[in-house]
Amino acid sequence: MTVISVPGSATDTVVPTTRRRRKHNVLLIVGLTLFGLLVLAAILAPVLASHDPIQQDLANARLAPGSPGHLLGTDELGRDIYSRLLYGARIDLRVGVLAVVSPFIIGTVLGLVSGWFGGWLDTVIMRIVDVVVAFPFFVLVIALVFALGAGTGSIYVAITMVGWVAYCRIVRGEVLVAKEQEYALAARASGLPTWRILFRHLLPNVVLQAVIYSMSDIVLTILAIVTLGYLGLGVPPPTPDWGSMIQDGQQFLLTQWYLATIPGIAVVITGLALALIADGLVDRFDRR
Amino acid sequence: MNYLAFVLRRLITLIPVLFGISLLVFFMIHLVPGDPAVTLLGSHATTSAVAELHKQLGLDHPIWRQYLTFLNHLLHGNLGESYQYKSSVTSLISQNLLPTVWLIVAGVILAVLISVPLAVWAASRRNRLADSAIRTIPLVGLGMPAFWLGIMLILLLSLKAGAFPASGFGTGTLNHVRSIILPGLTVALALVPILVRSLRASLINVLQSDYIVTARSKGLGAPRVVLGHALRNAAISSVTVLGVNIAYLIGSTLVVEKVFALNGVGFLMITAIFNRDFPIVQGVTLLFAIMVVAVNLLTDISHAALDPRVRLS
Amino acid sequence: MSPLLEVHDLHVEIPVPHGHLHAVRGVSLTVDAGESIGVVGESGSGKSITLRALLGLLPQPAQVTKGSIVLDGVDVTGLPERRRTKVLTDAMSMIFQDSLTALNPVMRVGDQIAEVPRRRLGMSKSAAHARAVELMDQVGIPEPERRFRAYPHQLSGGMRQRVCIAIALSAEPRLILADEPTTALDVTIQAQVLEVIDRLRRDRRLGVILVSHDLAVISQTCSRIYVMYAGRVIESGRIGDLLALARHPYTFALLRAVPDPDLPVHRLLTIPGQPPDLAAVPAGCSFAPRCAFAEPGCYEVDPALTPVPDDPDHASACIRVETAPQWLDWTPADVLDLVEKT
Repeated sequence: MTVISVPGSATDTVVPTTRRRRKHNVLLIVGLTLFGLLVLAAILAPVLASHDPIQQDLANARLAPGSPGHLLGTDELGRDIYSRLLYGARIDLRVGVLAVVSPFIIGTVLGLVSGWFGGWLDTVIMRIVDVVVAFPFFVLVIALVFALGAGTGSIYVAITMVGWVAYCRIVRGEVLVAKEQEYALAARASGLPTWRILFRHLLPNVVLQAVIYSMSDIVLTILAIVTLGYLGLGVPPPTPDWGSMIQDGQQFLLTQWYLATIPGIAVVITGLALALIADGLVDRFDRR
Repeated sequence: MNYLAFVLRRLITLIPVLFGISLLVFFMIHLVPGDPAVTLLGSHATTSAVAELHKQLGLDHPIWRQYLTFLNHLLHGNLGESYQYKSSVTSLISQNLLPTVWLIVAGVILAVLISVPLAVWAASRRNRLADSAIRTIPLVGLGMPAFWLGIMLILLLSLKAGAFPASGFGTGTLNHVRSIILPGLTVALALVPILVRSLRASLINVLQSDYIVTARSKGLGAPRVVLGHALRNAAISSVTVLGVNIAYLIGSTLVVEKVFALNGVGFLMITAIFNRDFPIVQGVTLLFAIMVVAVNLLTDISHAALDPRVRLS
Repeated sequence: MSPLLEVHDLHVEIPVPHGHLHAVRGVSLTVDAGESIGVVGESGSGKSITLRALLGLLPQPAQVTKGSIVLDGVDVTGLPERRRTKVLTDAMSMIFQDSLTALNPVMRVGDQIAEVPRRRLGMSKSAAHARAVELMDQVGIPEPERRFRAYPHQLSGGMRQRVCIAIALSAEPRLILADEPTTALDVTIQAQVLEVIDRLRRDRRLGVILVSHDLAVISQTCSRIYVMYAGRVIESGRIGDLLALARHPYTFALLRAVPDPDLPVHRLLTIPGQPPDLAAVPAGCSFAPRCAFAEPGCYEVDPALTPVPDDPDHASACIRVETAPQWLDWTPADVLDLVEKT
């Protein structure tokens, strides 16, 4: 019997994707611009700030936004909110971005190893992952920072101890798929050393999902830092930080509502910028 | 029956996880090099206090023995004694558990009440204005700290509108209900962005499935198609989505209790942090992990009850 | 006597960001009771969309914009939407390509078959059960009583497709629409499933519309064939006539592409070029840019489907339909030469 086939696949589908992609590229650009501006503001804080962020001026305490010389007003100790916000960005953005670096590296490497070798190594790593994800993220980070003592160093360690599991799971899942693919089989068949297959052939193909996740992870980390600051476990005072600014402002909610509101808006905008970048990356690169 | 076997197998997988949780919680005090007694009490503690704690923690024994003692106490429901309150952590936790349970239940109910209609609405008007509007919620909501959201709700609904108490748990069921609404709304709203996003995706997936077309091609009416075919499949994916996110919700109760001065276990833990009362921090952390494990277990069990593919594979 | 189903000039459009995608552009076809017709075409030719339109189950946001559907001599096009869907789904049932996704994963297959007898035909629970078992037996499922309680994922692909056929039969339709029903199956299972459909057609005088991209499948079971290209029927006729005397270059290219042992197979099985973008169909014959026989006139008018001289049952939409017989002198190698020159 002769089988004669019409070219093309068997299903009829209509995929009008071009415009959607372009629209999301716009989102990506908006997100990158917004985040770029935030980073720039943080770097240029000494230039942009109108006042010393820790300089107290009790005569001019709790001024409303728009007061002469104080764009966003002053806090209960007469410190300029606009300047504190800028210096707060310096701390929160720096720690937020840096704190995801080591979980990213550790989680990616362990995920690669776990997915590639399988066996008892995989079992052990995945059991550890199961244990860490059993704790609510914030609860474990707060408990660890408490155990380690407040401060940025403890934040880095605590976030690393909790954060690596997400990258490990993502990368392991990708490796399990990728290792059955022909390029990986070809690399194995060619007798290359394992580390070379893992890092030169596999890693570039599996790392994308981890990078996309890292955008929302930065948001989560900044939220953790701000929450720690709010609980008094973050950067020690008087160094400004958005979380401690909100905490200081909460007691004046009835009279000076903006004290607690403004730093929160800064956090939300940062989150929005990173969420836009993450969404844009998904649409740009995600093949699923 | 297959289902029971599945539940049994799932229960067995809990053993290593619970074991790991106890290890992690135990080793928390050993994270910092040096004498844990000094770490716990802070650098300006008196030498006699340090010596006393050292003895109390049994730090002279080898570490494996310390762990076995800890595990033995744990299995007997003994989480140690609070430094500050001089009473057992277990009894402190059980005294403070009620508001936290209320908060979690209120949070889950409100989150479902808000998210499910939004997700259904977005999924049914796909790519139209309502859908686009609902899809931007996660972008804005993702970076919103739960405690700040709580403060904003206090500002708007309590201080400005005077509709709800700003803090505390009140006395009597009616006051409990009134007091729990704002904190419940806070933890719910912190979850809504993620929940709406995942629910919308899974609903669209179900509604576009071929078996829905099959059901419609049978000439069944819309109610029968939705109730008989779409609902159960949508519930299966939603249960998993909910389960994963309730774990996140449980975590956010910690700081929300602090915002609303709600005397639950989270509040207990944060107070203990300031008093450097380690046994309480340790006990509450453990409790939170066990709650998450229990929620995950319930999720898997109900998933299997709904989906024959899970329990039979 | 009027035919079981007549479709006249059916148009389906899908709104896309910049205008409309004209997925089906004036399809007409007829099916008699007990007759099996085939619709062949490549991906995106509009064949599946046509089937969905017949049942009133188009995917959102596609819409029928023109045309009429006549069932037993009664035009149902003007009926209110819900009434029309009821009339159409009463008369027709559909079988899909992928039986795994077409079945509800969380419902026992027996319950899925018994659903229509129970819910729509008003049978008692036990009667519906008995009916389902009987249908499973008829479509060749061994041990139907035991399989009744199985879930879709527990059955093989062939068994699942039989379940789908049983579901289609459960509504006691007079017409079965089968969308690539064997594409996902092994060749041996394919033949069995086609045999089941064909036996049911004969026993119950069912009308069958079989959609496939596989000419071999269609030539095994259908008496007449419609060839679709870019949302239109470009040739139709009795299967024997069409296979022997194709009058449209597209059909011709498909049929002439018989594998020759001396030539590399992959070159023979493809037609160069892409079908047109249905959001902006150019003037003239839509196959012209890929046609080995195209001439300037082809780019000016889009020829209507017109009967071939001497054969009123055979129609082709090509301006050279009159001279087409001479193509028979061309050998496969000649076609290949032409194809490579373009």
